[in-house]
Amino acid sequence: MSDSTSPILTADGTPLKTKLAQTTRRLRFKALLLTLPLVVFIIITFVLPIGQMLYRSVHNPTGINVTPNFAEAIQEWDGQGLPDDKYVELFVKDLAIAKKNREIGKTVGNLATRINYEIPGSRSLFTSTARKAKNIKEGPYLDALIKINKKWENPAVWLSLQRASKEYTASFYLAALDRKYDEKGNVVRADELYQIYIPILMKTLWLSAVITLLCFLLAYPVSYLLSTLPMKTSNLLMILVLLPFWTSLLVRTTAWIAMLQTEGIVNDFLVFLGVIGDDGRIQMIYNMTGTIIAMVHILLPFMILPLYSVMKTIPPTYMRAAKSMGASTTYAFTKVYFPQTIPGIAAGTLLVFILAIGYYITPALVGGNDGLLISNLIADHIKSTLNWSLGAALGTILLVVVLVFYWVYNKLVGVDNLKFG
Amino acid sequence: MKKVSFFKRPGTWVLLALMVGVFLLTQSIGVALVFLLVFGIPLYFMEDLPAYATTADKVGKYIFLLICSLIFIFLITPILIIIPLSFNAEPYFTFTEGMLSFDPSAYSFRWYQDIFKFGMLEPEGVTNWWSDMWENATWVNAARNSFFIAIVSTIIATFFGTLAALGLSRPEMPYRSAITSLLISPMIVPLVITATGMFFFYSQKDIFPFYPDGLAKTYLGIILAHATLGIPFVIITVTATLSGFDRSLIRASQGLGASGTTTFFKVIMPLILPGMISGALFAFITSLDEVVAVIFLADVDQRTIPRQMFSGIREQISPTILAVATILVVISIGLLSALELLRRRSERLRGLAPQ
Repeated sequence: MSDSTSPILTADGTPLKTKLAQTTRRLRFKALLLTLPLVVFIIITFVLPIGQMLYRSVHNPTGINVTPNFAEAIQEWDGQGLPDDKYVELFVKDLAIAKKNREIGKTVGNLATRINYEIPGSRSLFTSTARKAKNIKEGPYLDALIKINKKWENPAVWLSLQRASKEYTASFYLAALDRKYDEKGNVVRADELYQIYIPILMKTLWLSAVITLLCFLLAYPVSYLLSTLPMKTSNLLMILVLLPFWTSLLVRTTAWIAMLQTEGIVNDFLVFLGVIGDDGRIQMIYNMTGTIIAMVHILLPFMILPLYSVMKTIPPTYMRAAKSMGASTTYAFTKVYFPQTIPGIAAGTLLVFILAIGYYITPALVGGNDGLLISNLIADHIKSTLNWSLGAALGTILLVVVLVFYWVYNKLVGVDNLKFG
Repeated sequence: MKKVSFFKRPGTWVLLALMVGVFLLTQSIGVALVFLLVFGIPLYFMEDLPAYATTADKVGKYIFLLICSLIFIFLITPILIIIPLSFNAEPYFTFTEGMLSFDPSAYSFRWYQDIFKFGMLEPEGVTNWWSDMWENATWVNAARNSFFIAIVSTIIATFFGTLAALGLSRPEMPYRSAITSLLISPMIVPLVITATGMFFFYSQKDIFPFYPDGLAKTYLGIILAHATLGIPFVIITVTATLSGFDRSLIRASQGLGASGTTTFFKVIMPLILPGMISGALFAFITSLDEVVAVIFLADVDQRTIPRQMFSGIREQISPTILAVATILVVISIGLLSALELLRRRSERLRGLAPQ
């Protein structure tokens, strides 16, 4: 059969190879068809919204909305010194029209806010000028503006206006990376006082690393114990791990507030034991300590479960064999047992680290001021200061960091190996 | 090896002697009991080491067990401690003198009553008390919202998730790892980012059919958000169940003349049902616990229990939150037991299939 030159045919006369390819294709298509509804669902409810956020971080047409004619014309300006009077004339006229506009996103206030991000303290410049803009009937317009407010003499204001008049901008990424434009339009580091985002991002990464390390140190002995105990006992003890895992995040955070506050249980107990005096109660919550303790507690099961499932597969005979051949307990542990648990360690640490970077609720409730993470700043920009573009830019940066670690996780552990309980 | 009774081990006597010492030092039976429990439990669980074990081995083992029990205490204490605290008669977040001496008057149900009374128009009224409670009590409304949103989003997540898991676990599935990574990503991407994106997306006007003002501040918006967040859990659990699924059963059923539908409902479905239900339970608890998307997307009308707790903790912290927390702990104990039963059933079913 194998050395026959004519192709093998199926009952209906088509070559077997073609038929097989057809069938495989049909099966592949069927499998794909089953996942299709969910893929479409996820694209609509998850991928598109995130795309929207990415778009928001670079798309900010405030200048075009508020002063459309000026925005179009100013692009030709070379940015040297102060702009020509023809541009300023358009600006004054646009501003007079915009003064009457009440539509959200098209008011003078919106433009003022936008410029204010780049040049702090310039808000009133716009609102006060807009009030007087309709009285300026003839040129030279620039001198008339300078008469209203001295700040119009500053070329930086005009450069900033030129940048704000573009539909797409990188300004918010610069702000998110603690950079800004100087008077000449070059990108420079922001002043020491205004550098907030990079330090917070670094703090988030550092705090997540500390939390991951603490989780690992606590999870390793417990997982080892659970994997070596007889099934009946370990199932019982597993409840102590799974119950916190299943309990609401808010409940656990509330519980930690009750435990750690200055009038709380831990402090009461320490006072009762005489470790500290009644006036020496320790501030353990609403600061970084509180965030670390509560987050370690919340993320610990995510470390224990992958470690446990790997350790359960390691035969106890290996350790005994090593010892019987004369290895000390420490030696047998470091050379025989520990290397075999590395897949579990990789899975657990990466998962805990990824989850810790994006934590929002717990730091917001128990973090006080110095326990806040990057997520809290993002939420702040979206919910209270309403600087949506900056929030979106910060979100994008965080997303990139998380996706890098997700990619590593996928390479090392494989996302199909994720399991619960 | 002969098992030595707990009371005949030398360590026990050392421990009891130490406990007496602690008692004499602190003059408190409570401290001595805590001491006995913390140091005694690991001692009790110390199984008999082989005869060649040295004293160092024994001490090492004891220290290891001690550390483990301290970690277990760390894990479980915060959750158990809120239960007695929620029966506090005083508006404090800690144990009062009366509670510690087991004075019955120091305990009360007032915070549980408060769950129903808070927000009512006439909490002491006689007529229409029940309808007033059902319509106006803040926590009752939050609970109604929570359960409505959780149930609908669980149904959506379970349906789509199971379908996709069936496709993903077929051997001929193309682009498997890429698609799986995409479908799992709602669990990995920080909630703040997802919520921010959804906030922008759902706030757009005139693009959603039937919802000209956008989906933000509507039930549908939150349900879609929660379904998205629950889907990874359904995929993970159902795929795990299907990985132990014996595919020759499908061929056997087809060989015996069953149609595709019959095979699915009579063969596949009963075997993956435990996985489906535990996936659904995961999706349900995810939605019930989710607060970030609700903060970003919901209006006052759609406040859920965690959202109410969040503002409660931030604005006016009262033991009512502990009472609600206790109820939630009881719910999670119930769900955990259900999950454990399902796991056992699943293992039993899988035990029937040849490995």
